[in-house]
Amino acid sequence: MKIVVCIKQVPDTEAEVKWDLQKGTLKREDMDAITNPFDEFALEEALLTKEKYDAEIVALSLGPQKATDVLRNALALAVDEVHHVSDEAFAGSDTLATSYALAKSIEKVGDVDLVLCGKQTTDGNTGVVASEIATRLGYSQLTFVGKIVEIDAANKKIKVERNIEGGTELVEAKLPAVVSVLKGINEPRLPNLMGIRKAAKVQIPVWDAAEIGAAKEKIGAEGAAVKVIELTTPPPRSGGEMLSGDVDEVSSLLVEKLLGLKVIK
Amino acid sequence: MADYKDVWVYVEHKEGAFTPMSYELFGIGQKLAADLGGNLCALVIAENTDELAKEAGYYGASKVYAVDGAPFKTFRPDAYAKAATTVMDKYKPDVVLYRATSQGADLSSACAATLETGIASDAIGLEIDAAKAVKVTRAAFGGSYLVGVVNTKAKPQLMTVRPKVFPMSERDTGKQAEVAKEAVAVAEGDLRTTILQFMKSEVTVNLVEADIIVSGGRGTGKPEGFNVLRELANTLGGALGASRAAVDSGWIPQEHQVGQTGKTVKPKIYIACGISGAIQHLAGMRTSDYIVAINKDSEAPIFKIASYGIVGDYNQVVPKLIDEFKKRLSR
Repeated sequence: MKIVVCIKQVPDTEAEVKWDLQKGTLKREDMDAITNPFDEFALEEALLTKEKYDAEIVALSLGPQKATDVLRNALALAVDEVHHVSDEAFAGSDTLATSYALAKSIEKVGDVDLVLCGKQTTDGNTGVVASEIATRLGYSQLTFVGKIVEIDAANKKIKVERNIEGGTELVEAKLPAVVSVLKGINEPRLPNLMGIRKAAKVQIPVWDAAEIGAAKEKIGAEGAAVKVIELTTPPPRSGGEMLSGDVDEVSSLLVEKLLGLKVIK
Repeated sequence: MADYKDVWVYVEHKEGAFTPMSYELFGIGQKLAADLGGNLCALVIAENTDELAKEAGYYGASKVYAVDGAPFKTFRPDAYAKAATTVMDKYKPDVVLYRATSQGADLSSACAATLETGIASDAIGLEIDAAKAVKVTRAAFGGSYLVGVVNTKAKPQLMTVRPKVFPMSERDTGKQAEVAKEAVAVAEGDLRTTILQFMKSEVTVNLVEADIIVSGGRGTGKPEGFNVLRELANTLGGALGASRAAVDSGWIPQEHQVGQTGKTVKPKIYIACGISGAIQHLAGMRTSDYIVAINKDSEAPIFKIASYGIVGDYNQVVPKLIDEFKKRLSR
């Protein structure tokens, strides 16, 4: 079985956000970066699947030069192969262009049974790229997955639990499939020192737009349909009030105020 | 692209069962359609669409595009996307709105990739700009920024909309929509997914639709700390939330988590108990109408965004609140 895991480097949520307002894009190179938290669960699920069913894991990351950090981390965790999908021409991608580039990369990997992604990224927060990849490749689209119940690689089948509104859905799907995972599906492990040392020496191969056979008009700013045109900060919340007094006083005061909102029936 | 017209709303349902929330986007849909000079239409895909289509008329759709058939009994992205994109290809809507739910996200993204168009997710603001395109406002970076995005390149313009952000339209049973039944052939053998079972959640955690949420954080200190919060939530008819710190400590299951790696919620009242207010938590709840913060630490950042703040121990305050609410609400 061959597994592709898609990993994205995202700005640290705590870091200062730096925008290029002209282009409507992030100045990613100037910001502190981390592995997208949801992708850590996808990577761990790939490792667990490999341990259980025997598989080969290929990690892909699309992003600027700096994004090799997240692939090095994957290598330290004994991923078999990594590819850094990177090209100036990818800058300014929206989800449509991103999913195209990743789908082309997955096609280049070839003979893939399972693609694992995180539920969403913490920078774009769109949560649609995994589904778009599935649609583009004609793979099964399995989102909000809280558990991989079973994989039958010989018969090209997978069974998963999806945690959706109101409960859990047990779904069987054909392989290949794109599975996007939720937090809590596993406990991501940390790389050990030996893994980190080994990974540090690896030359990470780069796939540019030509290498994955991407059409120029479908990638980057040219391929993007959705563009950022405005950036604002939300209006500060105002009218905050601190309630003071002893426990009885503040409690009845709060109850009074909340009942006054006419929300509680 | 001039032949693209009208605003469509996808009507979400569960095996034919719907709630008023299935029609919550008809209010904003009506407004956008009026501003664009088009009609509000509904897209309904189900085993039997009759009831769903009739209801769409009540909420203000002038036309309903309905796809009926056995393969559409339960939502499956491949079957539904085939139906949706076939009808969209034929009638060319200008704008299509979906709820930002698992179903809305699955379907809209499959439609976007099939039709090679853009999608804007989790909109919290929608308006028509000078060029007659929909400007979508979304939260970025944990809600510390708002970005305005437009799709001027491809049609239809697809977007998912955060639940509970926009007011609903009036339901008027005197209204009726024209229903266009569209036949879309989907062979079971071509579909990739089979739903084997749906297991209803034992604890009903419908955080996204709750009007009132009582949430606990690191300050709850232990799993039992949530008992009193659960009781307050039950008293108020609300849902129980939690911060990442509480979930990662194993005090409460992950499905309760609100925040960047949990759920994004927009209740009318959010009561945060023992939650300091890290940016990752605020990302999930800062657009709540009213925020109440109860925390021992008067310096906790949560107080900066709270409508009402109490510096104190939730263990003492919350039981008092329960008593007082029960008395006042005669429960």
